Amino acid sequence: MTASLLSSVFASEGASSFPILPALIFVPMIGAVLIALMPSSRPELSRQMAIITALLTGILSIALLIEFKTDDAGFQFVVQQTWVQSLDIKFFLGVDGISLFLVVLTGILFPIALFAAKPEHSPKGYYAWLTLLMAGCMGAFLSLDLFLFFLMFEITLVPLYMLIGKWGHGRRVYAATKFFLYTMLGSAFMLVSIVTLAVLAGAGDKGGVSFDFTKIIATDNLATSTGRWLFLGMAIAFAVKVPSFPFHTWLPDAHTEAPTAGSIDLAGILLKLGTYGFLRYGLELFPEATVWFAPVMLTLATIGVVYGGIVAAMQRNLKRLVAYSSVAHMGFALMGLFALNVEGIEGSVLQMINHGITTGALFILLGFLYTRRHTYEISQLKGIAKVAPIFAGVFTLVMLASIGVPGLNGFVGEFLVLLGTFIAHRWWAVIAATGVIIAALYLLWAYQRVFQGEPDEANKTFPDLKISEKLVMVPLVGLIIFLGIYPKPVLDRIAPSVKRVVTRLEVQVDGFHEPITRNGADLLHITESSHTLTGEHALGVATNGQGANQ
Amino acid sequence: MIASLLAQVPIEPIDSGIVHVAGPSIDWLALLPMLILLVGGLLTLTFSSFLKKHAPKRLFTWTTVAIAVAAAISVVPMWARVQGWNSVLWWNLDQAHTGPFSTAGGAVGIDGFSLFITVVLCAGVVLAALLADGFLRRESMSGPEFYVLVLLSAVGGVIMAMSNDLIVLFIGLETLSIAVYVLAGMNLRRVQSQESGLKYFILGAFSSAFLLYGIAMLYGATGSTNFVDIRDFMAAVVPIHNGLLLLGLVLVLVGLAFKISAVPFHAWSPDVYDGAPTPATAWMASGVKAAAVAGLVRVFMLTFSNYASTWKPIVYVLAILSMVIGAALAIVQSNVKRMLAYSSISHAGFILMAIEANSTNGITAAAFYVAVYTFMVAGSFGVATIVGRKGDGNHQLSDYKGLVRSNPWLAGSFIVLLLAQAGVPFTAGFFAKFLAITAAADAHAVPLAIIAMVSAVISAFLYLRIIVAMFMSGGDDGTEDVIDRSKRLRVPFAASLAIGICVVVTVGYGIFPDLLLHPARNATPAAVQFERPTDSINLGSAGSSSGSTTAGR
Repeated sequence: MTASLLSSVFASEGASSFPILPALIFVPMIGAVLIALMPSSRPELSRQMAIITALLTGILSIALLIEFKTDDAGFQFVVQQTWVQSLDIKFFLGVDGISLFLVVLTGILFPIALFAAKPEHSPKGYYAWLTLLMAGCMGAFLSLDLFLFFLMFEITLVPLYMLIGKWGHGRRVYAATKFFLYTMLGSAFMLVSIVTLAVLAGAGDKGGVSFDFTKIIATDNLATSTGRWLFLGMAIAFAVKVPSFPFHTWLPDAHTEAPTAGSIDLAGILLKLGTYGFLRYGLELFPEATVWFAPVMLTLATIGVVYGGIVAAMQRNLKRLVAYSSVAHMGFALMGLFALNVEGIEGSVLQMINHGITTGALFILLGFLYTRRHTYEISQLKGIAKVAPIFAGVFTLVMLASIGVPGLNGFVGEFLVLLGTFIAHRWWAVIAATGVIIAALYLLWAYQRVFQGEPDEANKTFPDLKISEKLVMVPLVGLIIFLGIYPKPVLDRIAPSVKRVVTRLEVQVDGFHEPITRNGADLLHITESSHTLTGEHALGVATNGQGANQ
Repeated sequence: MIASLLAQVPIEPIDSGIVHVAGPSIDWLALLPMLILLVGGLLTLTFSSFLKKHAPKRLFTWTTVAIAVAAAISVVPMWARVQGWNSVLWWNLDQAHTGPFSTAGGAVGIDGFSLFITVVLCAGVVLAALLADGFLRRESMSGPEFYVLVLLSAVGGVIMAMSNDLIVLFIGLETLSIAVYVLAGMNLRRVQSQESGLKYFILGAFSSAFLLYGIAMLYGATGSTNFVDIRDFMAAVVPIHNGLLLLGLVLVLVGLAFKISAVPFHAWSPDVYDGAPTPATAWMASGVKAAAVAGLVRVFMLTFSNYASTWKPIVYVLAILSMVIGAALAIVQSNVKRMLAYSSISHAGFILMAIEANSTNGITAAAFYVAVYTFMVAGSFGVATIVGRKGDGNHQLSDYKGLVRSNPWLAGSFIVLLLAQAGVPFTAGFFAKFLAITAAADAHAVPLAIIAMVSAVISAFLYLRIIVAMFMSGGDDGTEDVIDRSKRLRVPFAASLAIGICVVVTVGYGIFPDLLLHPARNATPAAVQFERPTDSINLGSAGSSSGSTTAGR
């Protein structure tokens, strides 16, 4: 079984002659270097360069989406190049249905973040760091070598540290340092886990060290307890990054003080490194430990959903509010992963994408608000809907998507996650579902305080969206509506890879069967693709007789 | 060693009545790096007394650089021989013997490790000389003494790296140390420098006494001071009453741990690093540390490697203490030189972790770490040299405020070097840490690896503090990115060259680690018995070709 999985992994090697994946990393990287070399007396050049770089990378990521073969569950566009021979470290890239949309999201969100916000000072460094951050994010999503992944995961810290620390507001140095150290502490455990895994798995030549992801998942040398410890090490790093309760305390500070573009990319892309990491380097690398830890992770995720929502409702600062709402939303993404069934994981991947779009859009709108009023305090804002109706309208739409109103993108992901979790662990889903209501509470309440009523003196002159600002919002609003109405193209591409992961869990873990409902086909007519998927699983149910776990 | 030297001077009466005496054969080519440094240092001293005031102002800097580079180049044929290469570039070698070997009566061992460390030491000399150039003129300390002392201490370091005998190790350590004591106290105008020289001397003398006492005990316990003999002895016997052996080992460990400033033998280093002239500090943190690590590797990983269960726990504890305490004390400092001193204690802990692994991977990691650390720390102290300004006293964190605006390139270099020390990816510092924890994980010391990474995070806070001071304060908030020329510090060409080399090497090896990893993997110490050649050099006058006087085995 493993062998056939592996063959499917490599089946698509060399599908494209143009090395599109390395280009996705190197274009922004080279762009960052070029920006750094430009004269600081000509700031407009560095901005143009940054926009060209980010747009080019975005176009490449769209091209990747078009070229991507929908039905292929394995890794596509694989590129391998030996880097450190003696340790079998490779420059090894590949993309599958899980990473595909995160790459596309990175490709879309970065140019938008560039258009949406300008630095208040020192533009050259700002643009250089931002493009470097893009390269790091791309690299982390595309890596298939554990070592390379770690490098990319870790290198993203430096640009964001600089962005928050130099271009942020208020207590920016405190927030940046906290962010850096918190994340680095998590990564410290991950590095030890990766190294130990590479040594113990012995996937290299003659049982030597190897960091090759595909080689390591083909080995089976880990003792159960070792696997659990290693999973724990990885989990700490990813839980900090997600951030999952109780490792979330860095996020509100980082968001509050970050410049707009930093917030957009932090919430939109970097948090996904955590959930993506859980999926790729947790579920796939340590199947047994995943199953064993699933209840714990589900509990943490559920606490995150509810706690994040309640704390968000208490915030007086709009950016902090959105930051805590991120904790709640990412809790959903984490929850879906550890439901360990196709619906849950699919929903989780979709939730990552949706959260990137909606929260990215929210932070852009907050950025517009900040440039007008220089505050995020809810108490300072009043009646903005009267003076800026278009701004309020766009905000309403994005907010409703974030709440998870049907017909907008947020709903599809959250629904699938809750469905998957309900099948696997009913009560967790029931508790987490209250998170949706809490989300409605804090967002609508904030909306009411900020946008409704009569504008006071300070808010009377609040200008509405400019044409350039409207243009920035167009793609995001379009995606919010499109994915809400017709998520099938996305789900179609995610599904095969997710199925691969779940099948591997079933094969690798004795006595584990994907938690699915007996009449899954009835429950799941929300999307066609899910329907076809569960159709197959329903057949599986008949033979193995497994019902819902609870 | 004395005994072994005497043992091979057999006096045989031959027919004619002339007595033939055979000394140990010496492969002069193998000692060439050390000899170049030694003769170069002595010649510099001699000629400077003739030139006195007529010396061109940068003469000694560049002669020192040339001497060190020549010494490093002279390593190449030996390296080729040890590795068994047939050619170096276009130069075809006809190797009669290949592989590691021992010479000078078994006093020195020429193997991958000793040659690797020799090159590292030469690099340290180059960097220290380049940094000293502008510094000495700024402080009106011009004169050849600094360069001579660095060269002579490098001789000691090379002797330590190639030592194959405890006595030779001690001679090397003393040669190294005495020169460095003087270096530390060289700045006559700064009372801290005087204090640091004296402090270093007294404590260093103590540690040397410990080392010597340990050597005596090891001799008593094993019957030899030669590494190979001791190794053979340890392999052949099971010591039952091993109190003497243990005490000897521990005392030797104390002596060497003092030199790499491992906790709890670290108390001298912040004061000495702070007080010493900054280029001398750069040399102390790079060269002295590299030589002491070489000593540790040769004694513990080579000589007593199959007695590892005894010393490993001690090194384990030293490594943890050094990493954690070094990092924790570093973050509460407000003086950048002291911060770097404490962080160098933490780095020593990482090297000890690699040594604790007691494996090939561990040696590779230690060699890689030492090489990389030489560049990272020399570059960092290089920046401190310049920011210290006239008087070498401005090392407070506040003196670094807004450095990015006055000297953007200098600040940028410092940021790279600090991030490398913190272990950020795509720098050589990351690979060094990575190899060290790989060695630890490979040796089933996962808790040690975890503690190492956590302490790396603690010390990251320290590096961030410096970066914040340079980069995020100094009134750049809300203002344009104007380069403020008025506060600009003058960076001498030689110093900027040194810092540039450090940055390029740090980043270069971070992106292409194989370039350094490959030699580091081949830098294995070897225990090779000294083979007394059959046609040894005879000191007698006649009948030398008869070859009658070898004391071979």
